[in-house]
Amino acid sequence: MWLDPANPQLNKNGELHHLLSLEGLPAGVLRQILDTAESFVGVTQREVKKVPLLRGKAVFNLFFEPSTRTRTTFEIAAKRLSADVINLAINVSSQSKGESVLDTVANLAAMQADMFIVRHAASGAPYMIAKHVAPDIHVVNAGDGRHAHPTQGLLDMYTIRHYKGDFTKLRVAIVGDILHSRVARSQIHALTTLGCPEIRVIGPKTLLPSHVNRLGVQVYADMRQGLKDVDVVMMLRLQNERMKGALLPSAQEFYKYYGLTEDKLALAKSDAIVLHPGPMNRGVEIDSSVADGKQSVILPQVTFGIAIRMAVMSLLAGGQR
Amino acid sequence: MPANPLPDAEQLLASLTDRMRPAVGPDTGLVGIHTGGVWLAERLHQALGIKLPLGTLDVSFYRDDFNKKGLRRNVKSSDIPFDVDGCKVVIVDDVLYTGRTIRAAMNELFDYGRPASIRLATLVNRGGRELPISADFTGAEISAGADESIELARDAQGRLSLQLTRN
Repeated sequence: MWLDPANPQLNKNGELHHLLSLEGLPAGVLRQILDTAESFVGVTQREVKKVPLLRGKAVFNLFFEPSTRTRTTFEIAAKRLSADVINLAINVSSQSKGESVLDTVANLAAMQADMFIVRHAASGAPYMIAKHVAPDIHVVNAGDGRHAHPTQGLLDMYTIRHYKGDFTKLRVAIVGDILHSRVARSQIHALTTLGCPEIRVIGPKTLLPSHVNRLGVQVYADMRQGLKDVDVVMMLRLQNERMKGALLPSAQEFYKYYGLTEDKLALAKSDAIVLHPGPMNRGVEIDSSVADGKQSVILPQVTFGIAIRMAVMSLLAGGQR
Repeated sequence: MPANPLPDAEQLLASLTDRMRPAVGPDTGLVGIHTGGVWLAERLHQALGIKLPLGTLDVSFYRDDFNKKGLRRNVKSSDIPFDVDGCKVVIVDDVLYTGRTIRAAMNELFDYGRPASIRLATLVNRGGRELPISADFTGAEISAGADESIELARDAQGRLSLQLTRN
C-alpha cells in the first residue's frame, strides 16, 4: 500500500493524494493549501481568470446529495484550472447503497476520470471511493454526512487568516447545530492543528454531540457568555428538517437564544468577524443586520472558497505519482 | 571552500543596466520573474528611472512540468499593476537556460492583456536552450554543464551574487 494506512489521504512522503478530512492533516499541509490559495486569489482578479494547470484533466462532480453552491464553486474552480468538468447529480433513492456506488465510480473511472469531487449523505462514502479507485485518481470530499467538509473548513481558515492573521492569538466561537454539522467538525480540527488556543462551541444541549469536549473545545449553552470577547464568530446553518424532530421547539425560539443579533455580537470583540457557510436562514440563526453588517465576511468566504478549491485540486493533480 | 568561479553579479547587473538604458523609457513595463528576476527587476526599475510600477510573475501555474513535478511549495502571487494592453514589456530573469520559464512567463503575461512587444533581459545566458527563445539584453554568457545549476542569491544587505551548485 503506497498510501499511509494511518491516514489514507497522504502518500508515504506525507503529500496530499486525496482530501477526505482535515482531521490528521499536519499543519504544514494545511498551510501549503492556504498559501497556494493566496496565489490563486490573484488569478481570480485578472482579466483572464484561468490558468492552464489542469488542461486535459477530467474532473467529475459526483453529488449523491443535492447541493448547488458547493457543486458550483467546485465547477468554477475546476474550470479556472482549465479542467473539463462533468456534473453528475445522482439520486440515492434510485441506487442501492454500497456496491452500486462503487459500480458508478468504476464506470466513470473507465471514462478516464482524473478526479472525483464527492458529496454523499453517508459519512465515510468518500473514503470508500478513495480506497477503490486506481492510484492515479484523486478524491475530494465535498461533504459526507455528519463527518467532514474539508474544503469548507479550509476556506474558513483562509478567511480567518486573511482578516486576523495569527491563529495562536485567537478566541473562536462556533455557534448552532454542532451535532449535525460536518462543517463544525472540519473547523474544529483545522483550528486545533493551526494552533488556535481557545475554541468555543455554543448551542442547545440537544444539538451538541455528547462528547464534544473531547475535541478540546469549551462548551457554552448560553450564547451571551460564549460570545464574550471572541475574535471570530462562526455561525452554522440550522437545517430546517431538525425542527420537525424533537430536537428544537421552533425556529423562533432558536433565534431568541442562538440567533446572532447585533446586541449579542456586541459582546464579542469590537473587531470580531462573522462567518457563515451558507445558505443562510435569515431570522433563524442570523439577523439580516448582522449578515449584511460591516463585521460580516460571508461574501468574501465565497470568493476565497473558489481559490481554496483551485489550490486543493492543483495540489492533488500535480504529480506525486 | 573553492573560490567562486562565477563573475560578480553586481558588475554584471551594472553592465546589463547600461545595455538596457538606451532601449527603455519611463513607460516601459518591467516584469520580474520570481525570485531572482524580481530582485534584478527591482534594481533595474530604480536605476533606469521607470515610472510604470514594477510587475512580478510567479510562473508556477504555467509551467510545462506540472504533470511531472506538481506545484512547488511557496508559490508567490503574480502581480501586474499596469495595463499590459499595448505596453512595451521587458521580462527580467536571472538565468536563461532552457527557455521554458520564459515561455511560461509569456503565456501568463498574455492572460493579462496583449502587449505591444515583449523583450527579455537576463543577467546570465548559460546556453542549453530547448525552445526558440533568446535574450535581448544579457549581463554575461557563461557555459555550464548539464549537471550544474547557476542561481542568484541575495544577502541581508541586498548584495547579489551568483552561486554554482552541482546536482
